[in-house]
Amino acid sequence: MDFELSDDQRLLVRTVADFCKKESPVTRLRQLRETELGWEPRTLAQMGELGWLGVMFPEEYGGLGGSFTDTALILEQLGMTLVPEPYLASIVLGGLAVRFAAAPERAAELLPPLLAGEEVWALAYAEAQGRGAPSDIETRATQRGDGYRLTGEKRWVLAGHGASRLIVSARTAGDPRDASGVSLFLVDPKAPGVTVTRVDCMDGHKAAMVSLADAPGELLGEAGAAAPILTRVLDYGAAAACAEGSGIMQAVLAMTRDYLCDRAQFGVKIGTFQALQHRAVDLFVETELAKSSAIAAMIAADDERPEERMRAVSAAKCQLTLSGGFVVRQGTQLHGGIGVTDEHDIGLYFKRMHSLVTLFGDETFHTQRFASLPSFTAHL
Amino acid sequence: MDMSFSPEQEAFRAEVRSWLREALPPELAIKAEHDAAFSHEEVMTWHQILAAKGWVAPHWPKEHGGPGWDATQRYIFSQELELMGTPQLSPFGLAMVGPLIMQFGSAEQQQRFLPKILSGEEVWCQGYSEPGAGSDLASLTTRADKQADGDYLLTGQKTWTTYAQYADWIFVLARTNQDVKQQAGISFFLVDMKTPGITVKPFLTTGGTPAFCETWFDAVRVPKENLIGQENMGWTYAKALLGHERTLVAGVGISARTLLRAKRLAAEIQVNGAPLLEDPAFRAKLAKTEIKLEALRVTVLRALASAQLGHAPGAESSILKLRGTELQQESIDLLMEVIGHDGLSWFNAEGVVPPRAESAPSIFNYVRAATIYAGSNEIQKNIIAKLILGLPSA
Repeated sequence: MDFELSDDQRLLVRTVADFCKKESPVTRLRQLRETELGWEPRTLAQMGELGWLGVMFPEEYGGLGGSFTDTALILEQLGMTLVPEPYLASIVLGGLAVRFAAAPERAAELLPPLLAGEEVWALAYAEAQGRGAPSDIETRATQRGDGYRLTGEKRWVLAGHGASRLIVSARTAGDPRDASGVSLFLVDPKAPGVTVTRVDCMDGHKAAMVSLADAPGELLGEAGAAAPILTRVLDYGAAAACAEGSGIMQAVLAMTRDYLCDRAQFGVKIGTFQALQHRAVDLFVETELAKSSAIAAMIAADDERPEERMRAVSAAKCQLTLSGGFVVRQGTQLHGGIGVTDEHDIGLYFKRMHSLVTLFGDETFHTQRFASLPSFTAHL
Repeated sequence: MDMSFSPEQEAFRAEVRSWLREALPPELAIKAEHDAAFSHEEVMTWHQILAAKGWVAPHWPKEHGGPGWDATQRYIFSQELELMGTPQLSPFGLAMVGPLIMQFGSAEQQQRFLPKILSGEEVWCQGYSEPGAGSDLASLTTRADKQADGDYLLTGQKTWTTYAQYADWIFVLARTNQDVKQQAGISFFLVDMKTPGITVKPFLTTGGTPAFCETWFDAVRVPKENLIGQENMGWTYAKALLGHERTLVAGVGISARTLLRAKRLAAEIQVNGAPLLEDPAFRAKLAKTEIKLEALRVTVLRALASAQLGHAPGAESSILKLRGTELQQESIDLLMEVIGHDGLSWFNAEGVVPPRAESAPSIFNYVRAATIYAGSNEIQKNIIAKLILGLPSA
């Protein structure tokens, strides 16, 4: 048992924290949410140069051969100042989908520019029905000559408006919700038949609605076998959300604590009021508990045993909805009127937390999945 | 980072588990299985079995008769006890006054008292709270007046002196100086319960058990050798004891056991022709409590790993009592929901309700004490607000 960071990890965390503080304070998100893209390609390239994007990928793909924990530690820091670059969308979802779906030699061709920060990818898995469940999709892919053609509607493709490659799930066999028959395709967003419509998100990020009408796609890996891969990738997404959410909670706690020490009413600092002190302690307790589950999930995310992985990830994601939801709501409440102005940062944290809570399985989904695993009824 | 126990630690767990299975007498094992209440005699039987094995005081150093385990071994051991539901030993000697005597007592006091705490020959209780001094303990009014020969005369009333009716000794905080700041005038005494002038009156808890007592002292003579350390330093000594072994106060094993019992019963109890456990709404409710318990368990492991490295207790360890006791209550609440009408029962003769449900109503009531004793959860929050969050004082 060991929760200490290695020397390399400690250095990594310190470097990322430094970057966030000096080069990407929350004002950056504030500025960039007004732009069409929502992030800066040169910052992404800088992250690539520093090795942050490839940290968890094997060296033959242009990565550093680290673990998901390294990635999660980065995301936790990025969460603290709401860094707008699409790390989670492009690297965790897009990068890992290709890593696990594509044949190794194809992945080795595709991944290096992504991990260098020269490209952005987006994973198009969600549709109008099914709340993002990998196999509950209607988009179809049919073989034509030596390639495939895709038709269907993909929704809320994170970072899809600025992606140079789309990784799209489509049925090559079976009906919606069948476990098998889902495949992953590489789609060029500029190809004929692809319509990408940019949409603004509440949290200042952007996404795309992607319409496919007989659009060409390259099959990644084996046809019909992608549902478990997507489940695994979305579990990484959930674990990433827990890590980023943990950073958000720590920032909100610190911000709220400072406000209580600073704001005076009735002639005293409001932090002297016991009712508010106890609420602040509740924020602290929830932040620590969510951090614990996020750590368990980041370790388990790489676990090859699906049940172990799902148990820890679902527990953490459910805990994020409970603790994270509480912390941003009560953090806002403790800020009083200033907390509901657009000019104050707490609202930006509140918004981002809602995205993280909603994406990759919400409270209901993960509670039910946790309760349906064999471990839940073991030893009866 | 790594959350797993080492092969050596897992081997230790297996050793503890198999020994416990052998060592727990069958009549106690049946009670443990059903979480039934143990009598004082049964608790002491178990104390002596553990003492004979050398495992009764896991956190005592070897020179005083402890097994010499590290923090992780102690955690594993306590987890195994909690999961098996063995009788909970009285903490007053082993966990409280024993370590305090080791830290602040004289060599004579150590020789006189420690071996008999270990063997269970002498049972202890705690004389801290008073009718007018609960959370505000420093306002206590029990007084110890120094006599010409150096001995003290103790006068006052203590309350919540849990299991005083079985105790041979009591440790008492009493005022030895009326003229200084409250905290600076308190001393720490060891008092023989057979001394004339002591009256003990047990009273029932809401759990229906006579765990609590009131204890009166009427000019009780306490020999000067029974003062711990220096006069007027008692508050400092008592405070030093807080914060010890915080990884054990969460009671994760207790809550885990209650949840397992709730699941087992829910698998048997039929609702609408199917086991309650198959009901999606109820199952989700159980799952949510288990998820919260899992977050607490990992927090305990974080605190433990840090203690293992010799670090001072970090921020994470301060929440263990707070959330641990809340979850003890939440899990028994769920168990009561599972047993439904059988939870209306109250100490009926055997056979009225299934054995597994029998003790639940009493525990359901008594466990309210968990968020109140050992520094109420509100006091814990005051401490965290001040010491960890650094919020200003009024």
